[in-house]
Amino acid sequence: MAVKAVQRRELTFWEKLYIPQIICGLKITSTHFFRNLFLHTAHLLGRLKNVPASVTIQYPEERRPLMSRYRSRHRLTLREDNSPRCVGCMLCETVCPARCITIVPGEHPDPDVEKYPIRFDIDLGMCVYCGYCVEVCPEDAIRMDTGILDLAAYSREAMRLDIHELMGPKLRKPISDCSLEFPHICASADGEMKGGWDSVPRSKGS
Amino acid sequence: MVEILLIKLVVAGLVFAAVLNLAGFHTWVERKQSALIQDRIGANRAPIFGFTMLGMFHGVADVLKMFTKEDIVPDRADKVLHTIAPFFSVFFALVAFAAIPFGPPLHLGDRVIDLQVAKIDAALLYVFAMLSLGVYGVILAGFASRNNYAIMGGLRATAQMISYEIAIGISLIGVIMVYGTMDLAELVRAQGQLLGGWVPFWGIFAQPVGFIVFVTAALAETKRLPFDLPEGESEIIGYFVEYSGMKFGMFFLTDFLETIVVASLATTLFFGGWQVPYLTEDGFLFPWGGQLPVQNWVYVLLGVASFSIKGLIFCFLFMQLRWTLPRFRYDQLMNLGWKGLFPIAVINVVVTAFVLAFLGGSS
Repeated sequence: MAVKAVQRRELTFWEKLYIPQIICGLKITSTHFFRNLFLHTAHLLGRLKNVPASVTIQYPEERRPLMSRYRSRHRLTLREDNSPRCVGCMLCETVCPARCITIVPGEHPDPDVEKYPIRFDIDLGMCVYCGYCVEVCPEDAIRMDTGILDLAAYSREAMRLDIHELMGPKLRKPISDCSLEFPHICASADGEMKGGWDSVPRSKGS
Repeated sequence: MVEILLIKLVVAGLVFAAVLNLAGFHTWVERKQSALIQDRIGANRAPIFGFTMLGMFHGVADVLKMFTKEDIVPDRADKVLHTIAPFFSVFFALVAFAAIPFGPPLHLGDRVIDLQVAKIDAALLYVFAMLSLGVYGVILAGFASRNNYAIMGGLRATAQMISYEIAIGISLIGVIMVYGTMDLAELVRAQGQLLGGWVPFWGIFAQPVGFIVFVTAALAETKRLPFDLPEGESEIIGYFVEYSGMKFGMFFLTDFLETIVVASLATTLFFGGWQVPYLTEDGFLFPWGGQLPVQNWVYVLLGVASFSIKGLIFCFLFMQLRWTLPRFRYDQLMNLGWKGLFPIAVINVVVTAFVLAFLGGSS
């Protein structure tokens, strides 16, 4: 590697005096200060709301706009009768590199649909947000467009989303009563879901 | 006698309350001013009954937090000195305000009240003695902590403050020569004259070079940002590493107090203290012949307001400088002190002496 000599610029007389340079610096900071002071005051009086006084986004109250292709928390899309579009084909479970999707398919009463998911669980603690499940789905049944970013929980258990939370993005655990309208296992088994995370057999590996 | 004592106590209490509140207010100003300079919003969350008052309650929250924090004294530290050091810092910074006149004499009945806590003939010397003693708090904090980093910070602080003390002292010799007094009250009164009938005879017009040297060196005395090598909160470790809770808070408070001391000193020495241009004890006497008589209490009120406004402008300026300039390197700091400010101050004294001798001298 050749050595490149960097020519340092000689300071001019005015720059060496230092004080003019301090005044230049003060000019910059003061411009920002008084401009923002004026704008904040105007905002308090309800004027000039369209000119931002700061670049701050007050996070929980304000949120940045997301890109349309941004991958946020998953949701299961619904048919017109509010039953899930998912046909239990297991493609997403198969393609998932993190193996965080668990599906238990069941027989659908409508012979044209064949199957529906009795369980559809995603462990967000394991999900890598690659979006392959969305890419692979033949029915457009899973999407990552809820815009939910603040996925925090006090336990690993709470990071595991079941079909209720996936179908209704606003739902959060614990879900007290099941109001899903399609022939759902909750209704047919006296409000109880069959099996738990422990009893669900993993399709591959573990 | 008791009356005099009571009056002095009231005046001292007023100064004490004003200064401490202003120092507390500085924490809010620092947060908000830096935020505005950097296009941010700044602290705005702490509420009392749902009101946030533009984040003003964060200072209260800070103080509550600091008082309730555990006070840790390192095992091998010198317990007595470790405890006493922050008190030293705050004490000397507060005591310095005693000699600063913040208003013209108030006539109450036939009693004349000096708006100055202590009337000292050599008030200037007293203020600087107190400011210099402040370095004891710093070096003791570094020494008593038994922490190598702390003692290095203390040494940096001592070297810096002693170097800049000399520049400050010499820069003020010019002022003393021009006005011929070390009594701050007298010095402010002398600045009430007019220069050529139009310009007030303030220190800034008589001693512009002395003013620049004074402000630079005084900023170094306060240990605030362009000169904050003793503490270097963000990366290098300063003399108060081993302090926690309110003891740390006291060092923090000292910084703000010293800023206010320096701001009031700059006001007193170079901007006419409580003088309002063209305002004399009888009222406004404008150079174009106008006249507006004012009563004594209005005169005093205007004087105190003038002093406060000038002081606050200086506080603002120091804060603005603190968020504008980056920190000096240590060799640059020493170079500026010894090779820059010191010779300039000396030359300033010599030139002032020649000019005074040429003009016949004012004293």
